[in-house]
Parts: sequence; structure tokens; C-alpha cells
Amino acid sequence: MKKTWLIAKRDFRSYFTSPIAYIVTAGFLFIMGWMFFGYLTYFNLQNRQYQQYNMGKGMSIVEGIVRPLLGNMNVILLFILPFVTMRIFAEEKKLHTIELLLTSPVSLVDIVIGKYLSALMFLGAMMALTLVYPIILATTGNPDIGPIVTGYLGTFLMGASILAVGTLFSSTTENQIVAGALTFAASLFFWLINWGAQSAGPVLGEILQYLSLLTHNNSFAQGTLNSVDVIYYFSFIGVGLFLTHRVLDSYRWR
Amino acid sequence: MISVQSLSKSYGPRPAIDQLKFEINAGEIVGFLGPNGAGKSTTMKILSGLMPATEGKATVAGFDVFEQPMEVKRRVGYLPENPPLYLEMTVSDYIGFAAQLHDVAPKDVKKAVSSVVEKTGLTDVASRIIGNLSKGYRQRVGLAQALVHNPPVLILDEPTVGLDPKQIIEIRELIKSLKGDHTVILSSHILPEVTATCDRIIVISKGKIVAQDSLQSLSARMQQGGLCNMVVKQVTDSGVKAIREVSGVKGVTTAGNKLIIEVSEKAGDIRDQLFTAALKGGLSVLEFGTEKVSLEDVFLQLTTREDF
Repeated sequence: MKKTWLIAKRDFRSYFTSPIAYIVTAGFLFIMGWMFFGYLTYFNLQNRQYQQYNMGKGMSIVEGIVRPLLGNMNVILLFILPFVTMRIFAEEKKLHTIELLLTSPVSLVDIVIGKYLSALMFLGAMMALTLVYPIILATTGNPDIGPIVTGYLGTFLMGASILAVGTLFSSTTENQIVAGALTFAASLFFWLINWGAQSAGPVLGEILQYLSLLTHNNSFAQGTLNSVDVIYYFSFIGVGLFLTHRVLDSYRWR
Repeated sequence: MISVQSLSKSYGPRPAIDQLKFEINAGEIVGFLGPNGAGKSTTMKILSGLMPATEGKATVAGFDVFEQPMEVKRRVGYLPENPPLYLEMTVSDYIGFAAQLHDVAPKDVKKAVSSVVEKTGLTDVASRIIGNLSKGYRQRVGLAQALVHNPPVLILDEPTVGLDPKQIIEIRELIKSLKGDHTVILSSHILPEVTATCDRIIVISKGKIVAQDSLQSLSARMQQGGLCNMVVKQVTDSGVKAIREVSGVKGVTTAGNKLIIEVSEKAGDIRDQLFTAALKGGLSVLEFGTEKVSLEDVFLQLTTREDF
């Protein structure tokens, strides 16, 4: 456990020594800021129209701003998280630094979890910076805090799932570009896997629907904490990390 | 300290090492010598717990490498062929990280780092980023990483590769200074490397051990017998005959005014008798000497022999 934290800490720090972390974070925050601005002005305009023509109560802040904002954050994360995890093992394999870890008295589980934890911390830090938008909303308006919290949790779990996919693919190759591209493709696939669900028949359709990363996000966005969805994300991450462990173990045997 | 029994490792159908067997005592410095691709690195990777063997048994410091890898890893300092350096870290941060990975207590890390930094001559660059250092310094950082937890066993894969002559001497001195407290295995494909630092040599070729002995006996073994060269004013039949009659001489060939005398291995040193015989036979000797067999020749002979 101590070693897990040691590895996570070192890796987390090393994110900030490469330009990628800054580019990813800056890009993410710029797009998020732009979207927040867009949703906020549109929301204001709409509400003013509602009042003007006496059309009753308009949309709530959560419905009009937070939910679409988090929905879009999911999409942006799908695009940028492969850049976060692509180096996680690929670079270590290429530069042979993984030999230091593998010849130290550290278990493979510690290595995998430590590395994954560093990516998770990076995601957490990035998302924490966007908390400024709900804070702005909370100081100027009166939004419902519950759905904001669950919405953030849902998006974090979705991002964590993509990071698990990225960790897995990074462990399979020495080439960061390959790792990133595979991560993006696989995450997108699990995102869209339910598209064929309606025409796939009752049983297979249900399965495809269940496997989709996106379907399980809806409950969080609506402000409910559904145990099925939480379990889904945790098992998704668990399988990803387990496979990473197997890949690294087999790497030693080659 | 290290015991290896019928150790084999294959990459697919190709055997990298084949039935290795050797023992290394505590405090010894042993050199693995062999041409590139002989299986030196593979053996070291197995001993350091980086990769499992296909067959056989290896124990380091009393622990089985396959059964108790954690215990072995705790007691081994390993410097791979390519030093495993995080290029974005500073030298002291990196060595500190390696120390903590190897169970050095957090309160002792600082002390361990500063002592190893001094030992490896890295004091001037301790706060610099590894990526900005020269190859020689990087190699030393790699060595420092292997030494920082003060392991009883050190496994160094080509520790002086890429260093300049002055650095090579410094690293050799450093390795020699470890003798007694540490058991060291180092590999090299360069002979002077091992002759300068090691007590004992294990010569590996094509995955097999072709010789293991101390330096002296290895070269002594090869120096018995051999050739004597004698340059004379004029070659006479009676002179050649007289030399042939000396016991231990296997044959004499002449080339111009030079006699090449083949001496049998069992004869020992018969230069004295040869010289007397030459005088008796009426030869006026201008030059006389034995052809010395260098370790380089021994090494070549051992690793290029077909019949081991």
C-alpha cells in the first residue's frame, strides 16, 4: 500500500514535467469555459423570454446548464483521456524504466494500482478546476446541489473507466501513439455499443444496452445514485486493471 | 551467496542459456565474460527476478529466485544494460525513489542518498535533471540506484559501457571498493574489464559455461606448453637435431633463420635445456623467447572452440 502511493505520487508529478498535461488541461478548461459561457447566456435569454411572455416557470439551472455541461464534459473526456494514459506503461517499457519497478520488492498489483491512481488523481485535479462553474452558479443563483454532486460523480466514474481502458492498452505496447489510438477506439466502442441494441433481439439487446458506458451515466445526470450503475463502472475498471495485470505478468515471461 | 543449478532459458525454440551451473561465495567479485549474445544478460535478468527461467533453480542469499522473489529483490541491487532512468527527475529525487522502492525507511532515505551520491561521484550533479546529463553520468546514476539500499548482492550488467577511460577507472575502483561487504557479479564482453576488477571469471559462450576459474589459473592453464621462437645466425642440421633431442620438444620447424620449437604441455619450463642444446649443436643464438599466450587468446580460444 505504501509502495502504491509512492508510485502514484511519482507518476502524478511526472505528468507535470511533460507538456502534454498542460496542453490537455488547458484545452479541456478552454472548451469547458466556452461551453459554460454558451449555456449560461442561452439560459439567461430563455428565462428572460419566459418571464416576458409569462409562460410560467422556465428550466432549472441544473436542467439548463449543469446537465448539458456535464454531458459535454463526458464527450471531451473521451477525446482527451487517451492522451493522459497513453504514456503510463508504454513509456516505461520503451525507456526500460519498468525494469526498476519489476526488480524492486514491489508487487505487480502495487504497480498497476499506483499507476492507475496517478491517472485518477490527474482526472480529479482536472475536474476539480471545473468546479468553479457550479460555484459561480451557487453564488449567483440557487441551483439544486444534489444532481450536481451525482452528475460530477457519474462523469468521474465514466472518466475513470476510460482511464482503465487506457492503462490496459498502454501496457500492451511500447508505442504511445498506438496506446492512445487503441484507447480512443475501444472507449468509443463501449460508448456506442448499445446503438444496435434495438434491432439485436431482446436478450442480446439487453446485454448491449447494459455494456454501454453512456447508458449508465443517465441516472447520475438525473440526480439519482443507482447501485447497478455504480457497480457497472467499478467492475468495468476492475476488469481493465485485472487485464493490465495479466498483460504485464505475461510480459515477464516473454 | 548465489547458487545456480542447471538453469536454462529459451526464447521460443532458441535457447539463450543452457544448463548453467555455478556458485558464488559471499564477498566475491565475479565476472561474466562472453561475446555479445552469449546469455550474460539473460542470466542476470533471471537472478535479479526480472524474468523467470524455463528450467532449473537459482538461489540468491539463501532465497529461491522463483519461490521468494520479493526476498531476493530486497537483497539485490541490479543495474540493467540500459540504466532504468526517469529522465524527467533530478538525480537525488530519482535515487530517493529507488531507495523507497527498496524498503529504505523514509527517515533514512536522505542519508542513504547523500552517501551513495558521494560514493558514485555525483555530488556536483545531484540536483540536476537526469535527461540533461551525459552518458557517463547517467551510467553512474544507474549504479547509484543499484547501490542505494546497500544490498548484499550486486548484479551489474556491463557497468562501464559508454564511459570515458577516466570514468571507467573510477567505476572500477568503486566496484573494487565494494569487495568484501558485497557480492558482485558483473558482465562484460571486454576482457580487460574483468581482469581489472574480478577475482574469478565465468566464461559463457552460446549459453553455456565454457570455463570458470580464477584469473591466474585460467591464464596459467593456457600458458603451459606453447611455442618457443629462436632466431639464430645460421640454421644447421646438427643444431636442429640437438634441439629435437631435448625431452619435451614435440617438433621443430624452420623459417629462414628462425626456429619455431613446439613444446609439449607436460614438459613445463624447458627454456634452459633448449638454450644449452642450441649451444651444443653449434648454433649462435641471436634471439630467444617464448610466445606468451595472453588472456585475450584464452578468451578467444574458449569462446570460438567448437568442441565444448
